[in-house]
Amino acid sequence: MKWLLMGFVLFVSSVTLAMVDGHKYTFDDPYEADRFRQLAEELRCPKCQNQNIADSDAPIATDMRDLVYEMINEGQSNHEIVDFLIARYGDFVTYTPPFRLSTFLLWFGPFLLFVFGVVLIIGIRRNQTLPRQAGLSDDEREKLHAILEKAKQS
Amino acid sequence: MRPLLFVPLLIFVAMAVLFWIGLGIEDKTSLPSPLINQPFPAFETLSLERGESITAASLTNNEPTLVNVWATWCPTCKAEHAFLNDLAKQGVRIIGINYKDDDYKARQWLLAYGNPYVWNVPDPDGRLGLELGVYGAPETFLLDADGVIRAKHIGDLNDRVWERLGQQYEALKR
Repeated sequence: MKWLLMGFVLFVSSVTLAMVDGHKYTFDDPYEADRFRQLAEELRCPKCQNQNIADSDAPIATDMRDLVYEMINEGQSNHEIVDFLIARYGDFVTYTPPFRLSTFLLWFGPFLLFVFGVVLIIGIRRNQTLPRQAGLSDDEREKLHAILEKAKQS
Repeated sequence: MRPLLFVPLLIFVAMAVLFWIGLGIEDKTSLPSPLINQPFPAFETLSLERGESITAASLTNNEPTLVNVWATWCPTCKAEHAFLNDLAKQGVRIIGINYKDDDYKARQWLLAYGNPYVWNVPDPDGRLGLELGVYGAPETFLLDADGVIRAKHIGDLNDRVWERLGQQYEALKR
């Protein structure tokens, strides 16, 4: 009896449940459950544009979750699953956009802005420091001299 | 002249251009389909109306064809149905995909509101819809005579949409 119970507990704990959608998607391998969770969070619901398919209640999100579950169980890689969906729904379905000319700004925009900011700061600093290093011009020095002389005399 | 003075202006212009493009996209809910200029995905099943054998190859019958994804649970499909009936009367070849629906209900619906479709592909579990990247009915694909997808419209067909899509359709006739 004791052994039976222990066996049962072992069996139960070996089945990992993906957290998405209650207890619908079960995996024997916790690694695959992780993959499922990760993919469901990475894939975007085309109907409800600001949700991933893990969060969305839209029927299409349910279909896509079922599909991802099925494809994981068929032994397909994350890459294959994402490519399959991109071929049908477009780049939109993934939150990680591909490298392409049209996505150049998306990937490098922040970096370009950073470089632009650094250049800007250097430019401003130089503008501020240059006149100080130059000191007074000859004209200004003469004027200063005159004022000081005047002050001394009065 | 200090060139740095123009930096805020340049930033403003760059932002304005980006917003102009971004806000100018008319309908953000319709996504570009990667299936444009791809052959229609293969399928093989029995038609909804008469149960004859149908495949992707029998879709076009050598003329440009509209493939309309619809369902009885979809209110917008009801709204566009009269327009589809009109198109069919004008001689436009329309094939239906009855998407995630009940065959019996679909037949009743067609009896009640008229049937603009040459025949319908029953797609009760949405598998064909998935192959087509369908995410909300109604959606309409325009196929050329060779069965290659040339355009996709998401949402109902109406006069305004047909102004553009109809031109593409006419251009595909030979």
